[in-house]
Amino acid sequence: MSLTSIPQPRSPYNARKSNNFELNSWLFMRGSGLLLVVLVIGHLFVNLWLGEGIQQIDFAFVAGKWASPFWQVWDLAMLWLAMLHGTNGLRTIIDDYATKGTTKFTLKTLLYFATLVTVVLGTLVIFTFDPCIDPASTLEVCNNR
Amino acid sequence: MWSWVAHRITGVTLFFFLFAHVIDTAMVRVSPEAYNTAVETYKNPVVGLMEVGLVAAVLFHAFNGIRIILVDFWGEGPRYQRQMTWGVVGLFVLLMIPFTIRHLSNVFGH
Repeated sequence: MSLTSIPQPRSPYNARKSNNFELNSWLFMRGSGLLLVVLVIGHLFVNLWLGEGIQQIDFAFVAGKWASPFWQVWDLAMLWLAMLHGTNGLRTIIDDYATKGTTKFTLKTLLYFATLVTVVLGTLVIFTFDPCIDPASTLEVCNNR
Repeated sequence: MWSWVAHRITGVTLFFFLFAHVIDTAMVRVSPEAYNTAVETYKNPVVGLMEVGLVAAVLFHAFNGIRIILVDFWGEGPRYQRQMTWGVVGLFVLLMIPFTIRHLSNVFGH
């Protein structure tokens, strides 16, 4: 049998470790969700509705967008908010359905690792993007190189 | 209840797609050819149909998310939650019809 500690009746309620993490993550889901509605639907509108839609997407299209800091910031914000929003959503789902402590721990460790790798990779891609990565590029920005 | 189930399913779907989407976009860092090859996949008719499903997941999750925010923060929200669910469905249908037509004509009409 394991040892269960029962606090003294008069011990202060907040003696145990407590913080506002769950409240903050609840608020974050609503705040980031609202921003993501604008960011993601705007992203879909520009990439899939305007012009030739999906057919226009190629390296030159991405180079054209990321030539502007506006789209760099847009995509960076979308990446971070969507990844954190999704990670927090999945964390909630793991807490709801995984019953064993070790299962929860394993799944969450995997989740956080995948999130970290993806956010770091995506951020590096946006910041280190080089439209003239191909020395023989015929894109206009690469003409004076 | 069903909107809650649908919110979870669409959320998980979008989250897993996000991993794939960051990796395919990362191909721009390899070479223009690598990226164009990756993006060619999205222009395939079968994948094109799946994209309609993906956009449907985005739109439902977005509108239902706004409904959840209104239920939580708007004083009259809980009273109108049922009507707002119909608002979500209506807005969803209203946007999905033109999008499906436009996207599929882009995918198949090329």
